[in-house]
Amino acid sequence: MAKKRIVSTTINGTQKDFLCEPRQTLLEVLRDSLDMTGTKEGCSNGNCGACTVHLDGRPVVSCLVLAVEADGATVETIEGVACNGQLHPLQDSFLNNAALQCGICTPGFIMQAKSLLAENPNPSEHDIRFYLAGNLCRCTGYDKIVRAVQDAAGKMSGCCSEAKV
Amino acid sequence: MSTTEANPGKKYTVIGTRPIRHDGVDKVTGRAKYGGDIRLTGMLFGVMLRSPHAHANIKSIDYSAALALPGVHAVVTVDDFPDAENKIAELGEGAINLQHLRHNVLAGPKALYRGHAVAAVAADTVNIAEDACKLIKVEYEVLKPVLTAPEAMKPDAPLLHNNVYTNSLGEETKQLSNVAKHFRFEKGDLEAGFKAAKVIVEREFNTATVHQGYIEPHNGTAMWNSDGKVTVWCSTQGSFTARQQVAELCHIPVGNVKVIPMEIGGGFGGKVSVYLEPVAAILSKKTGRPVKIIMNRADCFEGTGPTPGSYIRVKMGADANGKITAAEAYMAYEAGGYPGSPIGAGAMCVFACYDVPNGKVDGFDVCVNKPHTNAYRAPGATNAAMATETVIDEICEQLKMCSMEFRLKNAAVEGTRRIDGPVYPRIGMIESVEAIKNSDHWKTPLTGKNRGRGIATGFWFNCGLKSAVTATVNFDGSVGLVEGSTDIGGSRTGIAMQFAETLGIPVDQVMPSVGDTDSVGYTDVTGGSRVTFATGWAAYEAGLDIARQMCQRAATLWEVPADQVKYENGGVSGPGGKQISFKDLVVQTCKHGEPIVGRGSADPQCPGGAFATHCVDVEVDPDTGKVTVLRYTASQDVGTAIHPAYVEGQIQGGAVQGIGWGLNEEYFYDQSGVMRNSTFLDYRMPTCLDLPMIEAIIVEVPNPGHPYGVRGVGEVPIVPPPAALANAIYNAVGVRMTQLPMSPPRVLHEILAKK
Amino acid sequence: MRDFDYAAPTTVAEAVQLLQSHNGAARPMAGGTDLIDQVRVGRLTPDLVVDIKKIPELTAIDFSTTGLRIGAAVPCYRLYHDAQITAAYSALTDSATIIGGIQIQSRASVGGNLCNSGPAADSTPSLIALGAIVVIAGPKGTREVSVDTFCTGPGKNILERGEFVVEIKLPARAAHSGSAYQRFIPRNEMDIAVVGVGVSVTLDAAGQNFVAAKIALGAVAAKPLVADAAAKALIGQAVSEATIQKAAEAARAIATPIDDMRGTIEFRKHVTGVLTARVIQQAVERARAT
Repeated sequence: MAKKRIVSTTINGTQKDFLCEPRQTLLEVLRDSLDMTGTKEGCSNGNCGACTVHLDGRPVVSCLVLAVEADGATVETIEGVACNGQLHPLQDSFLNNAALQCGICTPGFIMQAKSLLAENPNPSEHDIRFYLAGNLCRCTGYDKIVRAVQDAAGKMSGCCSEAKV
Repeated sequence: MSTTEANPGKKYTVIGTRPIRHDGVDKVTGRAKYGGDIRLTGMLFGVMLRSPHAHANIKSIDYSAALALPGVHAVVTVDDFPDAENKIAELGEGAINLQHLRHNVLAGPKALYRGHAVAAVAADTVNIAEDACKLIKVEYEVLKPVLTAPEAMKPDAPLLHNNVYTNSLGEETKQLSNVAKHFRFEKGDLEAGFKAAKVIVEREFNTATVHQGYIEPHNGTAMWNSDGKVTVWCSTQGSFTARQQVAELCHIPVGNVKVIPMEIGGGFGGKVSVYLEPVAAILSKKTGRPVKIIMNRADCFEGTGPTPGSYIRVKMGADANGKITAAEAYMAYEAGGYPGSPIGAGAMCVFACYDVPNGKVDGFDVCVNKPHTNAYRAPGATNAAMATETVIDEICEQLKMCSMEFRLKNAAVEGTRRIDGPVYPRIGMIESVEAIKNSDHWKTPLTGKNRGRGIATGFWFNCGLKSAVTATVNFDGSVGLVEGSTDIGGSRTGIAMQFAETLGIPVDQVMPSVGDTDSVGYTDVTGGSRVTFATGWAAYEAGLDIARQMCQRAATLWEVPADQVKYENGGVSGPGGKQISFKDLVVQTCKHGEPIVGRGSADPQCPGGAFATHCVDVEVDPDTGKVTVLRYTASQDVGTAIHPAYVEGQIQGGAVQGIGWGLNEEYFYDQSGVMRNSTFLDYRMPTCLDLPMIEAIIVEVPNPGHPYGVRGVGEVPIVPPPAALANAIYNAVGVRMTQLPMSPPRVLHEILAKK
Repeated sequence: MRDFDYAAPTTVAEAVQLLQSHNGAARPMAGGTDLIDQVRVGRLTPDLVVDIKKIPELTAIDFSTTGLRIGAAVPCYRLYHDAQITAAYSALTDSATIIGGIQIQSRASVGGNLCNSGPAADSTPSLIALGAIVVIAGPKGTREVSVDTFCTGPGKNILERGEFVVEIKLPARAAHSGSAYQRFIPRNEMDIAVVGVGVSVTLDAAGQNFVAAKIALGAVAAKPLVADAAAKALIGQAVSEATIQKAAEAARAIATPIDDMRGTIEFRKHVTGVLTARVIQQAVERARAT
């Protein structure tokens, strides 16, 4: 078996070192080694977006990232979105708009929407639908998810600290 | 706003409001624990080996090399399960022959579909277990597969089973066949009915196999303890049903099995049957350690039950006034590898929206070399509505009659007898059609080239079944509510709301949780649109139970006879204007006497059928056949909307699943019976870029069979969309689609053929 | 997933050495969005994955008056976030915007898309239309080939053992030129092209006649096709519906698609013509807009 590697990362602002096999994906390591199960596995082919995290500030599907690639990188996951017990405006608006049913896709959607609003604080409905097209939801028909993102964008506009990833 | 509140006269204080769901914060922060998130000390990982062939005799399985691989702890095949009885197990919504279930979990003498599990390995890691699977030698005798119902019904078709005999019109025949069952419903005089018709339309339809498409893959973790007790953690629509299936397959008493339901990432009917749990249990028994198995996405498509493809022929006649005179259907549904498709429900639903004086429906349950089919949101009804609702559109065209008027004229009402027998109580078919007729969508003319509007209606029975809850009152007046229905879409809040309504307390003072099978009373599956209806009823009963106890407390406190106090308006009132709120009474009296515990159970019989009418505008690209959904409105009689936001969510989600079914979703098979598109890339479920907002119109015709008037909501919204889309496509570009999905190549083919 | 080792060299020479030393069992990886999935499903069986993203020139973008150089591992999003590239090489950014979802575009590269050599690759027809040159490093040094000849069949290309693509060079945009890429997919995102068409046209100063054109087709043959006959039908002709239809017809004529889960032969041939006309029209509009 290929030698295990030591990988040094910053996850949700905290320095984290872990040992992994080269074949392990970032998703596997987050969930199985670091016990951060908030990032969900839906397909492991990069087609559903449930495992979306931010790698060096960009949204990626963590099932298509090798954990060794995260060496020296910063990673942000759903566990880091709420700050000091305060929900992020997106988390609030998902709750207020009933934008989740089973909830398995929710962490991925929130991570992706957070990226969108950082890039584009005032997205149109089409902008939202385009940016979230890599995230599948089978329960909601997306209506309430789109509304939740619109709602959060409205509440976040003018708040420059939230305009950064 | 997307909701029309049809019940402005506020009867309720909690029901009809939109509180934040109790499990919400856990789900938006990633803290909620789903089946795949379980971690146990010493846990091993299981992987299933699956048949590469759609139809094959399994001559031998040699797993010695796999077992010898370092890190491998056990390998199991079907022989590790005790023999199953040839009997039917009732699973709440649906039933299954236990021998078939055993062979579906791990293939017996034959692999009956590509992806059929053949063996399973438990190892230190998933990667080792995968490597070990490659070392298992299975000797197959490959047989010719048969992939559609019409093919499988031919006398010379390859036979899947040597012990399935056709049950024909209620009689067991000696005929070995892929047709497991043929049944018939009849009403009136069919021949006379067609004679009285001015217009008769008869069409054939073929619909593809489709998958529920839940985002969370199947998973099962089991620990077989040395005392013979088995604990199972899984994502299931029914923990008690999962318990029963595990116990039956392992030949142990149900009391020895505890199922701990984890949060579940979607089911839609696909997470009722067990696939992994019994295998994890047997692997755990062999290794003495907990074993976890998670499917990959291809396994979910190929190794679990999708909902059937079908062949349907519908013939309908109407007189010059647009009154239906007769209707006939021939329906053959694919059961997959083992008997038991949802043909029964499909056949009962096919004409269920209408008052059909003379009718006949023939249903066939047909085995084919595809995964054993399963429920998917109003199972069987969507296929049927595609046929009926497009035939109606054609009749209306010939009669030059508005199809909305036709539907109103022929709508089933209270007292209408369905072809299969039942007579309707108060239902809301007319109201659901009228809601569309009065909608802004319908009143706004559609303009533009290649655009068309279509409508369709749908029916689903909903079901009752058994539910239980227990409620424990805390010293501060809050209440813990344990219920047995696994919560797929926020139902624990809908149940808590009915409980809170009953006691007149704020819903945030109720803490609902889903109990395991040792901690709550028997509860049937989360399916059949039954949870808010039946488990809500149990919560109502538990509320009444607590109210009774509170009355006794108040009577004691006030030193008045018990019959002089009454529970009302969120507290107890007594003689002389005495009044005390629930909370105050709890705080004052709870330290004395026994704890207050309420129980509620229900097995209601009148779920109240659900009717939905959908209206869609599309634009069809005449050069590519691509259909764009421009606007969508769905109305539905929901009885009483407990939590309107989640009712809308059910309607929107169901409609979008129906849109996917209508336009692009299908199991695409090659000739050898291999599914070629077992990924979310090529099994094309709608993305958010494929859709407009989905307007949901909530119609409330209270169900007389429920204390709060609830009807099931979840299933019927998937029924009308394919037919509504087909009718819209016809109005846009003049081609009648009779095949699902109506994918661009098919639509373009029809457009080119018309030219 | 299969066991493999991982290396992240920082120079081209080191990467070549690693790729060469593993006797064909080493694979270069840029964004990994194809490679990781293909290893998982068993289609690729590398012993060593060579991550080329740590080599500085592989992630460099150089836009100048002489043309554009894109490191082979530059992720798609960096292309369409660059206004200069979007204006001058519209077909390429059209492609980069629709390869997978946004998350995939954070990692997937045009170089990887090319080397994966799928017949339906979204960026290859654009590269062909824009006249791209592929710079390849290998044990014998560096060579440059026209992208037209790079792909040889489904998943196959001209790369030899130890070779990998370092960068892609595009010529400077000609005056009065415009380019576009469109694909047909059943959904609006997240699908593999059923038909893909890349077009680049140069008009005369008045914007009335085609001076030059290049057209490429994806997903309608075993490899991306260079539709020379279609381009010839445009060159020297007036911009008109009739001219464009002739080109579309010529494109349709060379399509030799297959029936599969993504589309039928009938559908793909028909849509090749439809899409070719639409994409030429779009390229013309862009050429005129400058």
